[in-house]
Amino acid sequence: MEFFLVTLLNSLSYGLLLFMLSSGLTLIFSMMGVLNFAHASFYMLGAYFAYQTSVYIGFWPALVVAPAAVAALGALTERYGLRTVHKYGHVAELLFTFGLAYIIEEIVHLIWGRAPVEYRIPAILDFSAFSIYSTQYPAYRVFMMLVSVAMLAGLYLALTRTRIGLIIQASLTHPDMVEALGHNVPRVFMTVFAGGAALAGLAGVIGGNAFVTEPGMAASVGTIVFVVVVFGGMGSLAGAFAASLVIGAVQTFSVGFDYSLLSLFGILGIQTNPESGWYDLWKVTIAQAGPVLPYVLMVLMLIFRPKGLMGTREG
Amino acid sequence: MFKTVMRATALGAALFAAGLAGAQAQTIKIAYLEGLSGPFANVGEVGLRHLQFAAERVNAKGGVLGQKLEVIPFDTKTSPQEAQLVFKQLVDQGIRYMMQGNGSAVAIALSEAMGKHNSREPSKTVLYMNYGAVDPILTNDKCNYYHFRFDADVDMKMAALTTYMAQQKDIRKVYLINQDYAFGQSVAKAARAMLNQKRPDVEIVGDDLHPLGKVKDFAPYIAKIKASGADSVISGNWGNDIALLIKAAKDAGLPAKFFTYYAGGLGTPPVIGEAGVGNLKQVTVFHSNIGGSRTNAEVEAYRNRFPDSKDDFYWTSILAAVDMLTRAMEQTKSSDPVKVAPALENMKVDQVTGEGYMRADNHQLIQPIFVSTFSRANGKDVKFDVERTGFGFKTDARIEAKDTVLPTTCKFKKPKA
Repeated sequence: MEFFLVTLLNSLSYGLLLFMLSSGLTLIFSMMGVLNFAHASFYMLGAYFAYQTSVYIGFWPALVVAPAAVAALGALTERYGLRTVHKYGHVAELLFTFGLAYIIEEIVHLIWGRAPVEYRIPAILDFSAFSIYSTQYPAYRVFMMLVSVAMLAGLYLALTRTRIGLIIQASLTHPDMVEALGHNVPRVFMTVFAGGAALAGLAGVIGGNAFVTEPGMAASVGTIVFVVVVFGGMGSLAGAFAASLVIGAVQTFSVGFDYSLLSLFGILGIQTNPESGWYDLWKVTIAQAGPVLPYVLMVLMLIFRPKGLMGTREG
Repeated sequence: MFKTVMRATALGAALFAAGLAGAQAQTIKIAYLEGLSGPFANVGEVGLRHLQFAAERVNAKGGVLGQKLEVIPFDTKTSPQEAQLVFKQLVDQGIRYMMQGNGSAVAIALSEAMGKHNSREPSKTVLYMNYGAVDPILTNDKCNYYHFRFDADVDMKMAALTTYMAQQKDIRKVYLINQDYAFGQSVAKAARAMLNQKRPDVEIVGDDLHPLGKVKDFAPYIAKIKASGADSVISGNWGNDIALLIKAAKDAGLPAKFFTYYAGGLGTPPVIGEAGVGNLKQVTVFHSNIGGSRTNAEVEAYRNRFPDSKDDFYWTSILAAVDMLTRAMEQTKSSDPVKVAPALENMKVDQVTGEGYMRADNHQLIQPIFVSTFSRANGKDVKFDVERTGFGFKTDARIEAKDTVLPTTCKFKKPKA
């Protein structure tokens, strides 16, 4: 029971962090039809900016400063990068973001070096919030969840209850009409891109010190975020939310299960020994296979329901 | 105008080529093969600075046989396939010595590639100095005559660690968590076998292998360890994999002791910080606080050369390798690996940690091994903090060189020249 509750909380906090990352990505995708390969790099930049800010003026200002700085970079990327290559089609845009991810990684190497930086959890949040049986639950994880939920609520309200949200939603489906009504659609695109980058940046601010801030962090979350977006359905925020929680739970819970196909054979009464064919495959436990499971889910989803959990467009 | 530029460029190129040719004639090249990009790039760069430090010291004394040592870094991206390609490159460039130490999978691939090359082209034999890849197989079943290891292998360290653990009567339940590749698997195997033998009453309550360098959140693993009721954890994890493990354990308030191989590896102590004090131990062939004026002088010399706080003295095995290599060259008056390799066998070495020698039957350096605990630096027995973090290691036990010798299954023969 203790293990289950602790793991459930861990999977929630991880899933919410994944959602902060994937929400921006899916927004940008639904708007521009482009998968932004550099999205995870904005996450990394958020963490590094927050580290640098926290060195000078502390963690709390960093919570605002770092996402703002990342948003500014995002806006510049859209205005002077993506918009320029847009006329050459989606492939050019895709390649542009792909290259950008590498450039950002190299710049991070140049400025902050290859070793992890000492970006720490603020002392005021470095205690255990409560105990589940005898396991302490760190306050910072609670804080992470609060920030994610607040952001989720804010995003939802902004998109459904404000004029800007209405225009953004309209631009998603009917950009020509919105433009005809006198709105500056390219600027809406830029705003959305910057907003998506800011969300990734914010995830970096709170994820960077919970885990580790190092140049490899973009690559390590990058693939999983794509899985979330594909699994949830391209361009669907609600889908991304559900997918984040599912993928988070799959990754966290799988660790706890030391069952392999051998155990299944045992139950079924099939005799096996190390000489049996494919023995090495049968003895792989769920815990060991855990890291692959999200990708397996993605492939299955693409086969049986190409538009994803709640996607609106086919494949 | 254009012509002048062209002429100047051509002249420059010619001079540059001449310079290169001259350099080739005068230096003994050591290729350094390591992941210099990717997730473990920081670890690769630290080793490179150690090798430069060692080479500069030799060169300051006039080099070897009147020639300078030249270090040439190659990026293997810590991938066995990439390393084999890099090996071809260094052979093409006529380099005869190579050094590598991060990642046993890479080391095994390199050793095999070198073995094939050396038997095909004995006149261009390459010698491999391994400063840190510690899968025992490299000096046992897959040993190679031209592979020399200067760090203690997994089994030797585990033997030292379990001897120490056997004396700690409060250890009852042990959990094993390791990276899922050659090295991590051999740690788990050795821990199981040796604990069973030295403390049959100790129960192994868990044995986890997790993907190398991919886990960002160890909280689920910690929840599992907690549920198992373990009082001690053995882990061969290195880099971020150990730092994040310790951090997650501290967050969850896990009261277990951690017995590790690489808690002191560079880049790790800053991430661990206060979380590790008192309950985090490591087994190594060196740490900065083993004491003695020679050790202190060595640590300070390194810090003067590389003053960046992210850098610190760690790899005595690299210094030992360069020291023994240059002495073997001087002894044989040759820089040909075919002549140098036999001279390395049974060669004695006097490191800051104590006396040691190179085993002739499997080319493993025998040297003292230390078990130490992560502690606050106090200027006395914890004189040096690692990477200026305020924390350093304090010796718990020293296992003498002669007590670290293990049987080997290695059966190489000296190749005929």
